Amino acid sequence: MTDLPVTGGPAGAGDTGVVRGLPVTATIPEGHVRMPDTGPPPAPPPDEPAGATSSRRGDRLFRWLVTGSGAFVVALIGAIGLFLLVQAIPSVLVDQDNFLLSRNFDTEDPANLRFGILDLLLVTVEVSVFALVLAMPVGLGIALFLTQYAPPRLARPFGYLIDVLAAVPSIIFGLWGILVLAPVLEPVAGWLQAHLGGFFLFAPGNSGIAGATVFTAGIVLAVMILPIITSITREVFERTPRTHVEAALALGATRWEVIRIAVLPFGRSGYISASMLGLGRALGETIALTIILAGVQTPFSGSLFDGGATFASKIALSFAELNNDLSAGAYIAAGLVLFVLTFAVNALARAVIARSGAVA
Amino acid sequence: MAKRLDLKDVDIYYGSFQAVDGVTLSIPPNSVTAFIGPSGCGKSTVLRALNRMHEVVPGARVEGEVLLDGEDIYAPNVDPVSVRRTIGMVFQRPNPFPTMSIRDNVVAGLKLQGVKNKKVLDEVAERSLRGANLWNEVKDRLNKPGGSLSGGQQQRLCIARAIAVQPEVLLMDEPCSALDPISTLAIEDLIANLKKQYTIVIVTHNMQQAARVSDQTAFFNLRATGEPGRLVEIGDTEKVFSTPTEKATEDYISGRFG
Repeated sequence: MTDLPVTGGPAGAGDTGVVRGLPVTATIPEGHVRMPDTGPPPAPPPDEPAGATSSRRGDRLFRWLVTGSGAFVVALIGAIGLFLLVQAIPSVLVDQDNFLLSRNFDTEDPANLRFGILDLLLVTVEVSVFALVLAMPVGLGIALFLTQYAPPRLARPFGYLIDVLAAVPSIIFGLWGILVLAPVLEPVAGWLQAHLGGFFLFAPGNSGIAGATVFTAGIVLAVMILPIITSITREVFERTPRTHVEAALALGATRWEVIRIAVLPFGRSGYISASMLGLGRALGETIALTIILAGVQTPFSGSLFDGGATFASKIALSFAELNNDLSAGAYIAAGLVLFVLTFAVNALARAVIARSGAVA
Repeated sequence: MAKRLDLKDVDIYYGSFQAVDGVTLSIPPNSVTAFIGPSGCGKSTVLRALNRMHEVVPGARVEGEVLLDGEDIYAPNVDPVSVRRTIGMVFQRPNPFPTMSIRDNVVAGLKLQGVKNKKVLDEVAERSLRGANLWNEVKDRLNKPGGSLSGGQQQRLCIARAIAVQPEVLLMDEPCSALDPISTLAIEDLIANLKKQYTIVIVTHNMQQAARVSDQTAFFNLRATGEPGRLVEIGDTEKVFSTPTEKATEDYISGRFG
């Protein structure tokens, strides 16, 4: 605005000049010349140092910059997918077993590869879904407590605490899981196997090491995905429109009823997407599961007390020892399936959100 | 069904800040009382104290007595939830529950009270929507979301929702300020009808509206910025608008300030 007095001309022209020339203060005379006024001049030469032009050029530059950023992400994901495909296909072609249905994963001899992803898929899905089933109600409870019940003075530090949980390195979770949690869970596991062993989830498992099971791993994983579910859900609940809350209160709703008719309907899709993000994290979690899950030779039975390996933990365990491209390709193929699985989960989450949004 | 309200020396505080000072007034049953006054003068605060809605703000508290047919709604054994079931409220912006259908919006309060009988709910929905002059416009799409209606229809839906639980008193906080003149007229007609069954208190910035719909008018003002709001004058609407007792009232309604 320092250039305002310089213009000194008629208010209208002066105003326009200032507005158009604002980003570059040295352009006032140029603005004056051009303003009396038959619309914008036809595309000025590109090297003209005029304010309007340079701001338009800046506009264009910025547009390319953000478009580029967007395109970069798409290209990156495409490149990752392409890399996985190119590396995986030769190995899958020479696979002696059925890639999707075999439970073997024998890559010792590159001339005789026998591998399939069925067990990896089952263990990955079971441990992640188990973790999600544990974490979803707890996360919902914490989010409701923080937004609806906790006094503000408590809610803030408590919220930070939850976020700190997300910052704990997963190696720590892994060590804690196998060294501290697993022994504690042993009696629980024993009780479940003794009383509910008839149901496949609680049947005695094949894990030779006490506590090195899907059960322990799922609980650790639940703790690990709790922060992401909680903090996103909390943020969504906090944004419940005050008018909806007041509408419920004015009808004589109790605190729980306000939650039921105002907070939950508003936050439902956010809660679901938060949970799906948590599931995505669980599917890909590597090091904690590598530490906790016992390697086993027998096929996965579906029991929570089995050992085994997920996609990620299998790759992490074996990849360092690989010495040829074909064997490596087998693991990359497994990685590709994980990649697709994560994609599918996200797509599913979006579909769920879109549908619940349509009700609103 | 309608009950009277008496306020005796009511002070309202937000934490240590006193928002309203010493309001004493009576609201007879089956009448419309308008609260007018400049912004920040405490009229909405007083209105919200009548069904304890101000308590959603942490630290808000009321001193003095608010009597509903002689019973203090701030007595220690009184549950604010039951107060709000007796004294309904309509807000400045129409706020139907967005995920509920038109019908479910209307009967939301009854469902909270545990009424499950579909026939009863349908009857109440129709009666309330008729009472809110909305039935003919929505009877063919009761299962559409409440948010699909126009602003004026949404506000009448909110009124239907408030009267579905058959309150004794209906509080309205600037119910027309977000509406166009035609919808405003519809609501004002409705208020005149509702008076037969309910005691109505309405906060409005529109003085013509206060003059049109109310039986008595209360004028609130601040002594100075930062001071608590207080009741300057209350009386029959006709008298307050023609021959107000206080100079401040006259200045305000004649547009000399505010």
